[in-house]
Amino acid sequence: MREFIDGATAIVRGALDAGCTFFAGYPITPASGILMQMMRELPKTGGVAVQGEDEIASIGMCIGATLSGARSMTATSGPGISLYSENIGLAIMGEVPLVIVDVQRLGPSTGAATTVAQGDIQFVRWGTAGGYPIIALAPSTLPEAYHLTAKAFQLAERFRCPVFVMTDKELAMSLTTVDPSSFVLPHLENRPLAAEGAPYRYDPADQVFPMHEYGRGRTVRFTGSTHDEDALITKDTPTIDALNRHLIAKIEDHRDEIEMVDLNAEAGANTLVVGYGITARAVRNSVALARQAGRPLSSAIVQSLWPIPETALGKAFAEADRIIVPELNPGLYRREIERIAGGREVVGIERIDGNLISAEQILEVVG
Amino acid sequence: MTTITVLDSYRNEKPYPFCPGCGHGPVLDKLNAALVTLEADPSEVVIVSDIGCAGLSDQYFATSAFHGLHGRSITYATGIKLARPELTVIVIMGDGGTGIGGTHLINAARRNVGITVLVLNNLNFGMTGGQHSTTTPEGSITSTTPLGNPEHPLDICATVGVNGAAYVYRGTSFDDELADQMVDAIRQPGFALLDVWDLCTAYFVPKNKIGKKGLEETIGELGLTKGVLYRRDVPEYAATYRDAAAGMGERQPARTIPVEFDSDLDRTFSVIVAGSAGAKVRSATRLYAEAAIRSGLWATLRGDYPVTVKSGHSVSSVVLSPEETPLGSVAAPDILVIASADGLPKVSGLLDQMGPEGIVVTIPEFTDLETRAELVVIDPAAWSGRIPKAQLALMLLTVAAQLKDVFALDALRAAAAGPFASGNLNAIEAGVALASVQPGRAPA
Repeated sequence: MREFIDGATAIVRGALDAGCTFFAGYPITPASGILMQMMRELPKTGGVAVQGEDEIASIGMCIGATLSGARSMTATSGPGISLYSENIGLAIMGEVPLVIVDVQRLGPSTGAATTVAQGDIQFVRWGTAGGYPIIALAPSTLPEAYHLTAKAFQLAERFRCPVFVMTDKELAMSLTTVDPSSFVLPHLENRPLAAEGAPYRYDPADQVFPMHEYGRGRTVRFTGSTHDEDALITKDTPTIDALNRHLIAKIEDHRDEIEMVDLNAEAGANTLVVGYGITARAVRNSVALARQAGRPLSSAIVQSLWPIPETALGKAFAEADRIIVPELNPGLYRREIERIAGGREVVGIERIDGNLISAEQILEVVG
Repeated sequence: MTTITVLDSYRNEKPYPFCPGCGHGPVLDKLNAALVTLEADPSEVVIVSDIGCAGLSDQYFATSAFHGLHGRSITYATGIKLARPELTVIVIMGDGGTGIGGTHLINAARRNVGITVLVLNNLNFGMTGGQHSTTTPEGSITSTTPLGNPEHPLDICATVGVNGAAYVYRGTSFDDELADQMVDAIRQPGFALLDVWDLCTAYFVPKNKIGKKGLEETIGELGLTKGVLYRRDVPEYAATYRDAAAGMGERQPARTIPVEFDSDLDRTFSVIVAGSAGAKVRSATRLYAEAAIRSGLWATLRGDYPVTVKSGHSVSSVVLSPEETPLGSVAAPDILVIASADGLPKVSGLLDQMGPEGIVVTIPEFTDLETRAELVVIDPAAWSGRIPKAQLALMLLTVAAQLKDVFALDALRAAAAGPFASGNLNAIEAGVALASVQPGRAPA
């Protein structure tokens, strides 16, 4: 048996199988397929799906619902991420588990709604005030879209933060043949709930304490303002420092739990191609073609874009003296690779004309 | 049985932080009195505060609280209520919040989400320096309207009232019955709003020489009235949603495609169909791809179309492969179908790239196309039956599928046997018949 489905279907299925109970979104090409399927399917599972009056309302409803016990997800494209910006900050500050699917399209601005791009890679990382970390995953196939969407729910609960699923028009809207048995769920756990104590804890800095939910028999305070452990607004310097360092440490000190890189290393290959998302298909293809031609070539497909999987990539870099980074933007991830490449030559293949990068285009650069 | 903890007071021990004479404290005291009357379980009450002086309110109550972003309090309250409809959700916002979050105010009222919005309307921005807000009366002096406010003020009550709110009340912080009105509003199942005018003694009072009497007079001068302005018996959104959802049945099962035919294809094979949006170009190409999947092949289908739906071009590209991951990219397709003038410009560049091994299948309108590929012109009028525009792409694809056969025609027929089967099968049979009359070509 096979299926012939689009990425939106795989993402919705992954979300529902991971226990998503709340969705709010606003129509936008190319993310509307997720909204429409959620509106149709989520109520059947006892969950709630709403079409918000705009993107700001949609993410706001998700944050409120999470505090009331829901597992929430929203989906949009670049223009919608712009409108999410302030609430992404709120979710970071208030430590709210939230899955945000970004179906990227060509920008800037309204750009080209039905055209593929990977231009939001840095935007989601730095898209709200303060520069505090988020987690971002990037599927390159439908089974990965399913798995990583479910994984996003797991990571959102584990680290109590927004987790982005970075996809694009081609992955979300193209139909692909899949073997249903290739859809595999990650390990999922129920949300641990706090029965007592303050709603926030900052010590030890890297530890994530269980969330407090409304309506569980005790009063719960939540705030997006700089707050003490009781969620009261504070101007106390040591408390502010502890809060903000906690928001960083809880993610940065646990990179090993988040890092996902699909490394395909070949002995003797001195060139490594690093790709992610839709472009990873061409990367895998270029490796297969190169090997057919007797040319050793290695690849590393980054499935966890943020935090940068430095340990896994460091291993991938070990044998390489040249790293090629193809992407559908002006070299946005290449700059991260350059930062950790230890002086190796880093070559970008940047396509911003709305077309996909082909395996042949990568092989031309491989030489 | 659940034990509910009822409090003598829903205030905590902290004194309010408001300026001397500010109306916010007295209004919050009325809210406390209302909660006492309601005998609410404090853990089941969520006060969602906006930003500004009104946004400080939640810290002085012993209930649950949510303090979010400016103007967005209603969105959080909506999410809280939808996820847990049994909670009592009360929004406290200022007139500033009704401006920046105006769309949420209107839409929550329209949906009738069961939340209560208490607006502490002091006619200016008290926290940020006394700037004018959307409710500052015309002519009033503020730090940003030194010549007198030239803008007409927002009528909050009318705005939510005409858009369906279940309960709308306007009053002032001096009203004796305010606590009773709050009880009334909170008990109302749908969206309730209390627009409570009060005095900002830091800015609005000194700049406009206004007191209790002046506040009451201003309401009259603006042609506004106090009291309960709207009261409607309307269903609450969260409850309505759950009732509707109860009848929706099970999740849609995956639609699996059986592999029941064979294919000899041993390489990547691609087909591009270009036509008009709305003329079932994608549907036809999807059927073709599903026929290939039924024959054990792997297919990927990409679409290219403008943002419009039923105008302009529609181009669908399908890549078939015996392997899950097709090896290599496709520069020129094996089959190019051109079904209309809308589609032609989008694929005309491919005509040069195609070699003699490829075929272009099209209609008599494009007999003069120049290409090294074999040009196959099919005249739909040559068929005895009728071929509607929406079946043209599938008919041409059926012709192509016979001239370049990678799977059996029966696989295409099997793929078509779903929704719209009769129209699709009609197009396929037309394609079979018209392919057989191709001079010098025998159908597969």
